[in-house]
Amino acid sequence: MQLDVNKSLPETIVATLVDLRRGDAAVLDRIDLPGEDARRLMELGFLPGATVVAGQSAPGGDPRVFRVDGSEIALRRETARRLQVRPTKKATR
Amino acid sequence: MSECGDGRACPTVPEMELPQSAALPKTVALIGPPNSGKTTLFNRLTGLRQKVANFPGVTVEQHSGLAELPDGRAARIVDLPGVYGLSPRSEDERIAHDVLTGARPGTRKPEAILLVLDSTNLHRHLMLAAPILSLGVPTLVILNMADDLRSRGGHLDLPALAARLGAPVALISARQGEGMERVWEFLAGAMPLPEPTELPVLQDVPKCRQWAGRMGAHASYRPPAPPQWTRRLDSVFLHPIGGPLVFAAVVVLVFQTIFSYARPLMDGVTWGFETSGNWFADRIPWPLVRSLVEVVWVKGAGSVIVFLPQVLLLYMFIGVLEDSGYLARAALIADRTMARVGLQGKSFIPLLSAYACAVPAIMATRTIENKRDRFATILIAPFMTCSARLPVYLLIVAAFIPDRPLLGRFMSTGTAAMLGLYLLGFVAAVVTARILKSSILRTHRTPFLLEMPSYRWPTWKSIGLRLVDRGKVFLRRVGTVILVVTAALFVLTQLPLVHGAAPPIENSLAGTLGRTIEPVIRPLGFNWKIGIGLITSLASRETIISSLGSIYGMDPSNKAGLRQALRRDLTPAGALALLIFFAFAMQCISSIAVVRRETGGWKWPALQFAYMSVLAYAGAFLAFHIAR
Repeated sequence: MQLDVNKSLPETIVATLVDLRRGDAAVLDRIDLPGEDARRLMELGFLPGATVVAGQSAPGGDPRVFRVDGSEIALRRETARRLQVRPTKKATR
Repeated sequence: MSECGDGRACPTVPEMELPQSAALPKTVALIGPPNSGKTTLFNRLTGLRQKVANFPGVTVEQHSGLAELPDGRAARIVDLPGVYGLSPRSEDERIAHDVLTGARPGTRKPEAILLVLDSTNLHRHLMLAAPILSLGVPTLVILNMADDLRSRGGHLDLPALAARLGAPVALISARQGEGMERVWEFLAGAMPLPEPTELPVLQDVPKCRQWAGRMGAHASYRPPAPPQWTRRLDSVFLHPIGGPLVFAAVVVLVFQTIFSYARPLMDGVTWGFETSGNWFADRIPWPLVRSLVEVVWVKGAGSVIVFLPQVLLLYMFIGVLEDSGYLARAALIADRTMARVGLQGKSFIPLLSAYACAVPAIMATRTIENKRDRFATILIAPFMTCSARLPVYLLIVAAFIPDRPLLGRFMSTGTAAMLGLYLLGFVAAVVTARILKSSILRTHRTPFLLEMPSYRWPTWKSIGLRLVDRGKVFLRRVGTVILVVTAALFVLTQLPLVHGAAPPIENSLAGTLGRTIEPVIRPLGFNWKIGIGLITSLASRETIISSLGSIYGMDPSNKAGLRQALRRDLTPAGALALLIFFAFAMQCISSIAVVRRETGGWKWPALQFAYMSVLAYAGAFLAFHIAR
């Protein structure tokens, strides 16, 4: 599980929640979704500046559980792809 | 009328029309985010004195009940849908908003609000306090799950939080009853208006979150440690290999229980109805009344209540799965598979239970918050091969397909035919789901969000109240329809009277009806006798067996005789057509009644009935002409 996605990606490509592996943490930058959907995510704790930790996933990696603001929320890949992040910590496993 | 402690007497008071007066119980709204333990608190406050109804005009269910106050008065508690905010976007939020502001016709504006929040997740849940406190309605802020907060080392200063929010705050555990006296005090007391020291701009979610953070900081809130047990259990239940195994075991257990273990209970119900029916019939001198009692009581009421054990067992399972927190994990695991047909993980359990009976399955779709996904699940559930189709399939397959080994001793031709019929229903459901989700029920790119609650032990009280609740709804709504229809069918078979007695069945109104529709069903290979069977099977599918039995003048329990009679009337192609017709048609008054209830009108059940009938007719027509 030592997939260092960030290094394998060119600098210009923005990292999203999809790029996080289990245990990785990142700071949420922006939500690339229409206003209402973004608001729904924000009400669940996905606020810009919040730290998001990737948790377990369903078999096959989709959907995946994310820990944010004291809760655990599962998102499908199609949604996680729209949440841009700045990675802060790699899983030390 | 001033004493309103008795839950039975109170709902008859037309309180909606009357002006507010001291004699009437205060109306108190209960609101909170999903997973805040709101329902547990509601059950603790009202116990058995609660009733379920839909909010007028919409399909959102309204639970209300009477809470008996320490001083003997009562308060009417209205449980609102679980919401994260009050901006009226989703149907749930709109209803919560309208009820709280008194803008909802037919619902009285509440005199006070109980706001339930999870104390272990205070910051995020406090965000809901901002729009609630800004309403200017007396509010008690209830921080639930005090036991969890304590055991995981969390802490907060209640008086400091109450001072900042300008509203009383209670720290309780609704599951254990801890701290409830503060809630009772509030309900019986003066209920002060909230005077918050500051409020954020409500439209700005980040500002609301910052406000919640400041409130928490003033209360020296220390969040609890992460739930260790939940993490440990999730490492098993969401394990790449272990997770699906546990999931499969749960699925098999649910399936096995509603299919097999419910059997003795259902046989018991049938036995009870037959015995009591016979007992009554023996004491009634008039033959017409006697057969009416037999038909309406045994075949009518009995054929509905026989499903009650399945309904209750299924609800017990769903209750345990939901309250323990596993249902969210099961939905997570099933999501990818369900997404292929355009549905989501939460549709899985209802569809699984539809293999037993579509009625509890349709009722079980309530766990799906997304309305379009929920309706799509409701619309495809009757395609699953339910237990009422089983006896019909067994009879026709046994009559027309000689039972020969197909795959050695593992599978016979009969078993293969049965499996094929199960598959047929499943494929019809999947294709219909795809059609619905890409047309009228397309979900408008709404992100799929699933909160994973911490695991908790379910309580007997909560499960028990839910069973009482569902049992009542099932019997009242579904039972009345079945009784009326079976009584009507009975009258049709008894009229017109010949010399004061029932006519031979071909001359009865039912027989005339059968002959009238014969031209319509002849292209499917059916004659008027099958036609009567089809008409009576509208009440419930397996009724066709007992009607055919009485048409051929033989006891339906004489299966061999019935099979022979069927072979005289149906060609093999006609039998295939009949099987396909039963696989697709929505011949089930109970299902229609429950869909009407759950979707809040006749539009969806009418559409569903028409669609399934057209599919059944076209399928049977094609099968008959290809096989002939």
